[in-house]
Amino acid sequence: MSVTVEELKALTGTTVVDARGTSCPGPILAAKKAVRGVSSGAVMEVLATDSGTLKDLPAWAKKMGHEYLGHYEDSGYLRLFLKMK
Amino acid sequence: MESTKKTIIVFSGDFDKVMAAFIIANGAAAMDDEVVMFFTFWGLNALRKDAHVAAPDKTFVQKMFGAMMPRGPKKLSMSKMNFAGMGPKLMQREMKAQNVMSLPELIETAREQGVKFIACTMSMDVMGLTKDELLDDIEYAGVASYLGEADESNVNLFI
Repeated sequence: MSVTVEELKALTGTTVVDARGTSCPGPILAAKKAVRGVSSGAVMEVLATDSGTLKDLPAWAKKMGHEYLGHYEDSGYLRLFLKMK
Repeated sequence: MESTKKTIIVFSGDFDKVMAAFIIANGAAAMDDEVVMFFTFWGLNALRKDAHVAAPDKTFVQKMFGAMMPRGPKKLSMSKMNFAGMGPKLMQREMKAQNVMSLPELIETAREQGVKFIACTMSMDVMGLTKDELLDDIEYAGVASYLGEADESNVNLFI
């Protein structure tokens, strides 16, 4: 399933996890830590500056059974979206 | 379901290699994998406490080992470009600038995530390291325990 950037930008009520400034494995650890507070079907948004997160977060999501929706670049950082299983 | 347990043997006491081991361990734990780290020989130094711990029953050689080996993760040297200790200092400064977690932080996070630490008692004896000198609340065992864990894992690393 592919989600367009416009659709990602239109998402509201997401749980935002700010992992900006952290390097590998920081963003994954931050996502793991935050996951408990997010209910099934809700969308988690991860903010990151480490470019490796573009590959790592989808890999983490696949392993954990969450759905990776996509990402877009904001000013100087990445916004990545996951739908919780 | 197929096991996703990871076993990592930390044989090296080199700063860079121990870093790699803990980054992999933390990543795997964040992916909900059970992780077992087996520390042996020089790798045991990563588990040493910073402070000097009195160990009166050591032989002369064991005391020498104890004095000459690095005490804990902050004292480890690099496998390359160590420059008599300057290398790790420069590396640590650069890691901090890049917001990479420090080795003590990675060790702490691994513990919080439930990564199991096993210290090899045979190499502890050889090097004269006592339980008091290593981190508290870790496990102590030998090769059979490690092999038992490795049998149940789908990735095994020797670092």
